[in-house]
Amino acid sequence: MPGDTSAFGLLLAGDPALLAIVRLSLAVSLSATALAAVIGIPLGAAVALTRFRGREGMIVFLNAMMGVPPVVIGLTVFLLLSRSGPLGSFGLLFTPQAMIVAQTIMVTPIIAALTRQTVEDLWAEYRDELTAMNVGPLRKIATLVWDARFSLVTTLLAGFGRAASEVGSIIIVGGNIEGFTRTMTTAIALETSKGDLSLAIGLGIVLIGIVVIINALAWVVRRAGEAYAG
Amino acid sequence: MHTRRSLFVAALGALLLSAPALAQDKSIVVASTTSTQDSGLFEYLLPIFKQKTGITVKVIAQGTGQALDTGRRGDADVVFVHAKSAELKFLSEGQGVKRYPVMYNDFVLIGPKSDPAHVKGMTDVAKAFQTIKDKKASFISRGDRSGTNIAELKLWKDAGIDIDKDKGPWYKAIGQGMGAALNTAQASGAYVLSDRGTWIHFKNKGDLEILVEGDKRMFNQYGVMLVNPAKHPNVKKDLGQQFIDWLISPEGQKVIANYKINGQQLFYPDATDPSA
Amino acid sequence: MRGVTILDRLSLTVGAGAPTVLIGPNGAGKTTALRLMAGLMAPTSGRITWGGRPDVPARRAIMFQKPAMLRRSAGGNLRYALNAAGIPRRDYAGRIHELLALVGLDGLERRPARRLSGGEQQRLALARALAGDPAVLLLDEPTASLDPAATKTIEDVIRAVAAKGAKVVMSTHDLGQARRLGGDIVLLHRGRLLETGPAATFFTSPQTEAARIFLAGDLLV
Ligand SMILES: Nc1ncnc2c1ncn2[C@@H]1O[C@H](COP(=O)(O)OP(=O)(O)OP(=O)(O)O)[C@@H](O)[C@H]1O
Ligand SMILES: [Mg+2]
Repeated sequence: MPGDTSAFGLLLAGDPALLAIVRLSLAVSLSATALAAVIGIPLGAAVALTRFRGREGMIVFLNAMMGVPPVVIGLTVFLLLSRSGPLGSFGLLFTPQAMIVAQTIMVTPIIAALTRQTVEDLWAEYRDELTAMNVGPLRKIATLVWDARFSLVTTLLAGFGRAASEVGSIIIVGGNIEGFTRTMTTAIALETSKGDLSLAIGLGIVLIGIVVIINALAWVVRRAGEAYAG
Repeated sequence: MHTRRSLFVAALGALLLSAPALAQDKSIVVASTTSTQDSGLFEYLLPIFKQKTGITVKVIAQGTGQALDTGRRGDADVVFVHAKSAELKFLSEGQGVKRYPVMYNDFVLIGPKSDPAHVKGMTDVAKAFQTIKDKKASFISRGDRSGTNIAELKLWKDAGIDIDKDKGPWYKAIGQGMGAALNTAQASGAYVLSDRGTWIHFKNKGDLEILVEGDKRMFNQYGVMLVNPAKHPNVKKDLGQQFIDWLISPEGQKVIANYKINGQQLFYPDATDPSA
Repeated sequence: MRGVTILDRLSLTVGAGAPTVLIGPNGAGKTTALRLMAGLMAPTSGRITWGGRPDVPARRAIMFQKPAMLRRSAGGNLRYALNAAGIPRRDYAGRIHELLALVGLDGLERRPARRLSGGEQQRLALARALAGDPAVLLLDEPTASLDPAATKTIEDVIRAVAAKGAKVVMSTHDLGQARRLGGDIVLLHRGRLLETGPAATFFTSPQTEAARIFLAGDLLV
């Protein structure tokens, strides 16, 4: 397809600029999801298992944080990372790392809140057995997370889906710099503003395609896992 | 535990993926305007500059006001904008080192072919604005403190209109970039003031066309400034100054003049004009 | 317990030796008594002592009336219990084989535990309770949904465990089983202790009217 400048044409032709955008989008959103999982899963599990003062408040807070608009998170991270902000000396504003930070903050409450729900249900089932076996608190959390791992895949997907599809926070903290912090969603915003709606739609479809593929893979993993572990 | 270890590995791996980007240390951040980006000038000019100097220029495209604020916070090394009064204010605050005029382009009044206010072909832009207001024809304003927005507000003033007081439902300030304003005008058959570069580059023209152009008051001067390293020690002053020097050098000026779309020149270099 | 009195003025001494068997109609308080002994709940008033001391012995295990299977293989469930009991890792493989064979589940090591039949799950739960070689073994209706052959297997296991010196406290609705296994019998009803005594005398010459009625299969009121 010579001269095909549609997003598919470019993708099929292995256009390096487009591939770089796709790669950066995945790197940022997957890193953010992974970091959010490392923080959010133990946090959600801990909230599920422990009874402490303010726990109900914590749950409401986590649930509410799921709905915070990405731009608000973006703006907050922006102000923190700006050279005149408290963390300005790290020079992270307008870098992929800043985008990862923003998306991690956005995704962590989602993963924590969904994990809490999942783990709490499993805990109701396991509580007596684990308590009777004298299992310590950390081990309990690890056991529940491990045994709920296939349900948690869905949780991770929800987080990844939100990260991969948002533009509000990363366009603010990343700056949509060509070849450096331009992701699929910020590129879509840019192409829309340039009036190149067909390229924008094309990119959008590529993004949807990637999200569908990742979901399909996760689904296969989950089914296989359930067949294996019951 | 197995899962968590592999999650860590995944996180680290992903971070490393994005790490090479950090390695390009010979780079500067330029806060510029959406019109310069949307017109495609940077895509043309920056690779030439990079080849020449090895410096990567990272462009944040914002409205002029926002771009200057980015400089004020020290988040950019260079600002490259188009609103002389705002630039002079930036300098007087001590935020910038020196302002260099670089180039100009011009604004054009865009509207639907049907031209409900009958302004097509007018040579007096103030009169055109007056007519639009009298007919209450739909008008899209950027409303984002950008250079274009500032120029538009000045034109209303020139037309003897206090837009804050006289605006009605026909006047819509959308608070977005040039492209978004053009998209909105296209979708709603409204008038809009645009810089010529963005207009030529814009792909979703629909039945929009240029109705008024050429009035002296529609000239749009671009200036470039190094953010003051005395205020913001992290500013890469040598690399930033190198970029500025190149822009105003005969070579840089020629590159700017050479940027054409469909044979049309978009920007006119004028670094040598001291009054610009 | 939110104002519900489940066990009332229950004073019971469980001695070492042959199994102590709790019997009584539904809702009598058997499960509650076992859970108290397992340390899973604390009495609202009163106390539980072990050999005169308040601390619960570490090497105790309980098999629940409705055991929960961990989402792992049958072998994985046992491995988990072995680990929790602090058994050295190198002994796992041997112990797992031994335990599965003991309850008649040989060859099912790799089967997801939640895919086992109800009776198989119950036997796996017993094997799991035995994993740590407990000194005190609490069993809540261990053969409730087992076929006669499996019931026999389990009873043999219980006998063997008791013979090795572990103290078994169990509940059952099967009076025949109580007679076969019981050292001491404890009859509960509506949270109260009605009668307790050695199995031999309890079944042949019950001391109370209530026990006589219960043994005759009539409804206790
Ligand atoms: N958490 C609780 N809250 C309120 N009532 C409870 C609770 N747990 C048990 N009970 C009540 O206490 C009584 C004793 O229950 P328990 O489970 O000990 O009976 P059981 O002798 O084991 O009966 P079954 O033969 O049906 O297993 C029942 O009436 C039951 O409804
Ligand atoms: Mg019971």
